[in-house]
Amino acid sequence: MTSASGSASGGRTRSGGTQIRSRTGEVLSPKKIKGGRAGSIVIAIGMAFILVYCLLPFYWMAVSSLRLPSEGRSTELIPNPISLENYVAVFDPDNHFARALANSLVVAGGTTVLVLLLGTFGAYALARLDFAGKVLVMFMIVATSMFPVITLVVPLLKLFSGGFEWWPFNWINSYQAMLLPTMSFALPLAVWNLNAFFRQLPVELEQAAMVDGTTRFGAFWRIILPLAAPGVFTTAIITFIAAWNEFLIALTMVNQPAMQTANVAISKFTGSSQFDTPYGTKMAAGVIVTVPLIILVLVFQRRIIGGLAAGSVK
Amino acid sequence: MSSSNHGLGRRSVLAAGGLGASALGLAACGGSDDSSSGGSGGGASADFDERGPITFATGKDTTGVLKDFLDRWNKDHSDEKVTLVELPESADDQRSQFINNAQAKSDAYTVLGLDVVWTAEFAANQWVVELPKDKLPIDDMIPATVQTATYFDKLYAMPYATNGQLLFSRKDLLKDAGYDEPPATYDEMYEIIEKVTADDSGINGFGGQFAKYEGLTCQLTGVVKSAGGELFDKDGKPQADSDAAKLGLQTLRDGFDKKYIPKEALTYKEEESRQAFQDGKLVFLQNWPYVYDKFQADDGSSKVKDKVSVSLVPAVKGEGTSTVGGLNYAISAFAKNMGTALDFIAFMGAAEQQKAWFLQTGNPTAATAVYEDEDLKEKYPFLDTLKDSIDKGAVRPQVVKYGDVTQAIQEAAYGCLSGDTETDAALSDLQKQLTDLTEK
Amino acid sequence: MADPHSRRVTGGQGRMAYLLLLPTLVLLALVVGFPLVLSAWQSLTQSGGDIDPETGIIKQGDTFVGLDNYVEAFTGSGAGAGFWNAFWNTTLFTVVGVSIETVLGVSMALIMARAMRSTGIVRASILVPWAIPTVVSALMWQLIFDANGIFNRVIHYQVLWTTEGWQAKAAVLIADIWKTAPYIGLLTLAGLQTIDDQVYEAAKMDGADRWDTFWRITLPLVRPVLVVAVLFRLLDAMRMFDLPYVLLGRLESGQTLSMLASDAAGKTNYGLASAYSMILFAYICLVAFVFIRVLGADVIGEQNKPARRGGRRRGDGNDGADDGSGGSRRTARRLRTTAEGSMA
Repeated sequence: MTSASGSASGGRTRSGGTQIRSRTGEVLSPKKIKGGRAGSIVIAIGMAFILVYCLLPFYWMAVSSLRLPSEGRSTELIPNPISLENYVAVFDPDNHFARALANSLVVAGGTTVLVLLLGTFGAYALARLDFAGKVLVMFMIVATSMFPVITLVVPLLKLFSGGFEWWPFNWINSYQAMLLPTMSFALPLAVWNLNAFFRQLPVELEQAAMVDGTTRFGAFWRIILPLAAPGVFTTAIITFIAAWNEFLIALTMVNQPAMQTANVAISKFTGSSQFDTPYGTKMAAGVIVTVPLIILVLVFQRRIIGGLAAGSVK
Repeated sequence: MSSSNHGLGRRSVLAAGGLGASALGLAACGGSDDSSSGGSGGGASADFDERGPITFATGKDTTGVLKDFLDRWNKDHSDEKVTLVELPESADDQRSQFINNAQAKSDAYTVLGLDVVWTAEFAANQWVVELPKDKLPIDDMIPATVQTATYFDKLYAMPYATNGQLLFSRKDLLKDAGYDEPPATYDEMYEIIEKVTADDSGINGFGGQFAKYEGLTCQLTGVVKSAGGELFDKDGKPQADSDAAKLGLQTLRDGFDKKYIPKEALTYKEEESRQAFQDGKLVFLQNWPYVYDKFQADDGSSKVKDKVSVSLVPAVKGEGTSTVGGLNYAISAFAKNMGTALDFIAFMGAAEQQKAWFLQTGNPTAATAVYEDEDLKEKYPFLDTLKDSIDKGAVRPQVVKYGDVTQAIQEAAYGCLSGDTETDAALSDLQKQLTDLTEK
Repeated sequence: MADPHSRRVTGGQGRMAYLLLLPTLVLLALVVGFPLVLSAWQSLTQSGGDIDPETGIIKQGDTFVGLDNYVEAFTGSGAGAGFWNAFWNTTLFTVVGVSIETVLGVSMALIMARAMRSTGIVRASILVPWAIPTVVSALMWQLIFDANGIFNRVIHYQVLWTTEGWQAKAAVLIADIWKTAPYIGLLTLAGLQTIDDQVYEAAKMDGADRWDTFWRITLPLVRPVLVVAVLFRLLDAMRMFDLPYVLLGRLESGQTLSMLASDAAGKTNYGLASAYSMILFAYICLVAFVFIRVLGADVIGEQNKPARRGGRRRGDGNDGADDGSGGSRRTARRLRTTAEGSMA
């Protein structure tokens, strides 16, 4: 057992379920700079502000989804009557919406796993290894996030539909045709983020472990990764949501209902006429894709981070 | 060095197609039925003997009528099944899906649902094939709709749905103000508004689609034709600064200046204006006929139930002219089994489907016969007026670069209606832009 | 450029580093690099020829036109109002939007890091704006900003948000800031969570007030993470597309450079669309480069000064400390030293 990892034991669960230990191994307690009662009041007001800020427009989305479809533009603060018709409409068998949700889960989940895997490798190399051309590589990686996605779509469609001789696969209507281009904007973000988080941790921790005979990889896996857990987890959330929200690529690469993602399915909702934007069903779908995501994140936050931190102690 | 409009001028943008006897080089392109159209790329000559399964790409239909059609077709054609590919609800998204697939020469879509204004572009680029007129029920369709599917005297699509706008009036308010009939002209309408709003300051006058989007092009095209002009003449030359065009645009501008048309109409698309009228905030509304069902809704969502009369849209001078909308079916140049596709679009144009679609979705179809149908007449008391509106309707410019043209029209009209520019300046600027776009 | 300072645990790391980066680089080369090269080439061509006057058919095929598309991009009417309108809109949305988002996001993170109770709910709620798909949230704002919508009803005044003018820009900014401030908040919070609490203890013992602590301790420590968060927000904001597109449609007030590219592509003028994309790409590259140069030294690991012990990349010791009095500067230094000590 290395001194560094040994010191990581005994972390205490903090408010969000995240275990944080100090670098010297002492258990961290919540931030102490609170400045007494005035401070708590400021914090309470701040928390209230965050809640209102985040939830007020969402409230409008939720109530708009609970109106009768014919009352789509109403400005009543509470729908009258409250109607679930929009939700029923979202799950109309024709929409394949449940299937679309599953597809979104596969694409976003797959993207997240792959991005975290590749991103961790890459970020570790950038944060911890010495090599020529590092700055150039970092800049190249971030530069791939600078090109308008709209311009990428047509060449990629041509590529994945077998339009170039050197590319032997037809990937239209496949998960990988959505996954790989989605990774193109999620991966640079993950690499840079993880790099920043890894850099925040002092290199002495690994050095100590390696002096003790742990391999470089072992030191990274058992010490750095757990300590960077809040960062890794946040990167995972952000990657997942970014992939979950992706629309243009999923729309272009897929033309079978069975393969479409939730966002694409939503774009196909129609109102009672071609001119009618179906606000109600779209808002309902918005609630349906958002709320489980939040719950998922909350659950993961408690379980995964707890698990990661605990794992590092062994 | 290139001139500033080099990029646009490099390619002749406008091709006069369709409008009556087409003008540009009409001698050379007599209506032949053969489909080899001489393009060097894109669609090779179509093989209408090839049969097998096909796909049908169009916006979603929530009524289930389309599914019925397909089920019936698939039952009778087990070797030539049609699979529906649903496209996004937004027309722009639909179009870009078509174009992306055409660019990739993908055969994913066989039959395409094309908006009437896309015909020229899709035909000129040979993304869709020319259709044999004798194999389709073209003669059963309203001529104005066939015109929207024609490019350089050749048929590239089969008219399916059509549309014309109507004027919806609050007959209760008109009666209170002493009018029995809805107005036939803008002048009359403004006069009535003057009276009604004098009594009730809480109500606005006239609403139509004046936001900066395609609907505004429809509005301008309509008033210009009603004033006796055209944005493009029969030779395909822009006439946007004609006196008639000025009169048409100025009539709308007057409405805004004198508050007969509320300022908020600058944010109106179809639904916004429909909602305002339905909430009792407007005396008059120009819109597509789909709104009628909503006004007559029983669930309490409409404040104007049984208070609405329907007539032709108001005239600037002469007759009130609406713009023709609608959907046509075309066959992708990159698809397989075009023979099946041709049969299928003929099936969609057959009387039975045409009637069922109109009756069950409330969207007018292209077949002449449906406007004589008793069931439909019963459901839509204004059917004759609607037919009239479509017959006399103005067709939006049938140009390859429709995107550029409609954008220029919207810029000009919006600038003038919002008070940023004056009518003369807006239209002479538009004329200049359209000339740039059409010049070689 | 090799990291000049020793972070080295063993020697010979180049090969391993590239091995670890290889999958990332290969993937990006395929899904971005290749389309980008294709686009760069396309920006020099014009697709489609003249219209045949007899059949109305466009001659197919690409022609090389040199820089014509770029000339057209800068001088043409690009989606109506031209290049510079879109350029300034993009810049405005980016500068104003990202600044406000950063301040809001950091404030949220600070509040959440300090709060003891009910963080679960707040943390869940902070995800909400970011988790709603943009296409849906843009529609939601469309409803809210409707001429007869709830916003106007609440303020008892009819602002026509979706007409040309400052109000349309404000609508885009409000909707964008709402959605993305939580993103910065989340990442900053994660950064704060990896800061050692003993740093704060030390600061407190040193008698630093909260403002001092924030500027001299918290901000420098969280800076690498914050810089990355802001950097990627910049990139995103400069490519902003769907929000103004759904909310404002064709209005000039909302036109961004990405919209010009998409508009040109929509008109099948792919050469021009590629030219717009390349120009935007160059603009973003420039901004990102300057941003990283000025603020991002700790992220790319360049700033390590041999004199500093530990080789830690953390906040450059002296910036941000110049505005205070000599006394507070000394305090700050000491605090920082303490902080480092606690990490060793």
